[in-house]
Amino acid sequence: MGIEMLPGVRESATFDRHVICEIQRAADTGLYDIRGWGSKRRLPHFDDLVFLGASMSRYPLEGYRERCGTDIVLGTLHAKKPIRLQIPITIAGMSFGALSAEAKESLGRGASEMSTSTTTGDGGMTAEERRSSKILVYQYLPSRYGMNPDDLRSADAIEIVLGQGAKPGGGGMLLGRKLSDRVAEMRTLPGGIDQRSACRHPDWTGPDDLAIKIEELREITDWEKPIYVKVAASRTYFDVQLAVKAGADVIVLDGMQGGTGATQEVFIEHVGIPTLPALRQAVEALVEMGMHRKVQLIISGGIRSGADVAKALAMGADAVSIGTAALIALGCNSPKYENDYRKLGTAAGFYDDYQDGNDPAGISTQDPELAKRLDPVIGGRRLANYLRVLTMEAQTIARACGKSHVLNLEPEDLVALTVEAAAMAKVPLAGTDWIPGASRKADSH
Amino acid sequence: MFTQTVDLAKTSVRELNQRLHELDAERDEERWRILNPCGAHAIACGLRVPVTVEIEGHAGYYCAGMNQKATVIVHGNVATGVAENMMSGIVHVHGNASQSAGATAHGGLLVVEEDASARCGISMKGIDIVIKGSVGHMSAFMAQTGNLIVCGDAGDALGDSIYEARLFVRGKVKSLGTDCIEKEMRPEHLQLLETLLERAGSDARPEEFRRYGSARKLYHFQIDHASLY
Repeated sequence: MGIEMLPGVRESATFDRHVICEIQRAADTGLYDIRGWGSKRRLPHFDDLVFLGASMSRYPLEGYRERCGTDIVLGTLHAKKPIRLQIPITIAGMSFGALSAEAKESLGRGASEMSTSTTTGDGGMTAEERRSSKILVYQYLPSRYGMNPDDLRSADAIEIVLGQGAKPGGGGMLLGRKLSDRVAEMRTLPGGIDQRSACRHPDWTGPDDLAIKIEELREITDWEKPIYVKVAASRTYFDVQLAVKAGADVIVLDGMQGGTGATQEVFIEHVGIPTLPALRQAVEALVEMGMHRKVQLIISGGIRSGADVAKALAMGADAVSIGTAALIALGCNSPKYENDYRKLGTAAGFYDDYQDGNDPAGISTQDPELAKRLDPVIGGRRLANYLRVLTMEAQTIARACGKSHVLNLEPEDLVALTVEAAAMAKVPLAGTDWIPGASRKADSH
Repeated sequence: MFTQTVDLAKTSVRELNQRLHELDAERDEERWRILNPCGAHAIACGLRVPVTVEIEGHAGYYCAGMNQKATVIVHGNVATGVAENMMSGIVHVHGNASQSAGATAHGGLLVVEEDASARCGISMKGIDIVIKGSVGHMSAFMAQTGNLIVCGDAGDALGDSIYEARLFVRGKVKSLGTDCIEKEMRPEHLQLLETLLERAGSDARPEEFRRYGSARKLYHFQIDHASLY
């Protein structure tokens, strides 16, 4: 009999089992909890929106027959060589260090098969990653680990990272126990020590400086590369406007459901805002500046399905980016390794200790024996399959809404299932013309 | 003496940099003179051949940023981030430098004849920096490796959170940052100083300097060191 079935037993809503366990763990160790993954608590999300499929007032497109485009172009404002992707789904920045070389290669292979981009991470670019990635975005981070102008020039775009949705303002830490000699060498640091990733850039502060930094990066690369600016979702409206003013070609916005390789639990769950309201604020900021669709917007943080992709695009994003979902596609948390997960005190579906480097699936590890479990060819194929499904799902929804291109989806195609989601996404509550907080009623007719 | 003279009153920084980027790596006799920089940003950044560029006046942010192999000489002051992320080559400033001079640089030699402001050598990753005057606060913050030589004084929190970089200061240090301590000056350090001071054209004597580096207490997170963080 489960404990819930005992008569008279009642679990505290305030001090539930998880909370009690965390207090006891903190008392045992004197340390805060560090883990990977992203926010695990229930948050207002794309699940709280649904599409208004076509019927009498709109007519749909024929599934499997009439074309529904998915191609996008990023970096059209200033770059001589904008990026052309066949699908509006990109792979988010994840470092070699946090991930194994096999995982990075898998991501490159999968993305390349679908003619989309993948992204480096803290620690620089590996030769394998460049080789396996047809379109590679080079992250320019505060730590500048492995930062190299030759790699900068070999990239297809440059992403200046200001923050990550899992930890806005937080920087990061690659724990020494996960560090291989190769990763340490790439970062110009001794092996085996904890490697701090700084929370702010060392040579610029604020939007005016960022404009000059962007100018420098453009000069070094002869104005060829699109410059992305990645911000964590917090003061999104202002951050987006300042990034655009500083000269960004593309805004990458990461909501609080976005993943991390290693961050304090308290940070993951209590800093930043969810993807849903952040996306709406970002679009408003761009529209107000007359820059929507001129500066492209990539949204990340909890994208799992083609429905999420379609909803993000309908709200005004130009593309989405996936991280956690891509790792799951590679095999993270696979039941195949259930026994190994149990030995680590967890289970398939719950594993989030990316910081420890003991990943049974060989993804978030630098242990060569574990890393060998992931075959990059198979991993790449799995990711491509997953991306294919996301794309087809998004197309299916777009056709049902009568759209010949996924970017033609629009907020009017959406309604919300909860008051919170209606307020955050600024779409009407389903069956009403009410948008909480809006100054006038939505036109639902 | 100069093979090219470019007047930035008549030519844009974009055009200048493009021409410098298109130089043939084999033609190391190239010697360019830049007139009227007037504080423009990103002058001579991203160079990758052994050209010599002399800038006659003050330069703005990120002068000679990410330099590879080139020699850039500034006859004036420079703004934030001179020689940031330099990989190799020489940058010589005959004036003062603003903050973050030599930030994150992996190699090469940066010489500043006067003072450098805050965060000089921040996150340095292998560069040699010789400042003939003084440096501001938080210099060598999170410095990973390389050598920072300060012939004058150092401001607050020198070497905060330092890794393996070596810091040498001839004058006073206002305060040391977290995990930065004074270390013994051994013969190999005196030899290193002599070499770098000579390369920088300084007549300072190595034995006048004191050495600072990491106590290595922050290399692994330990609850007993929580008060240091």
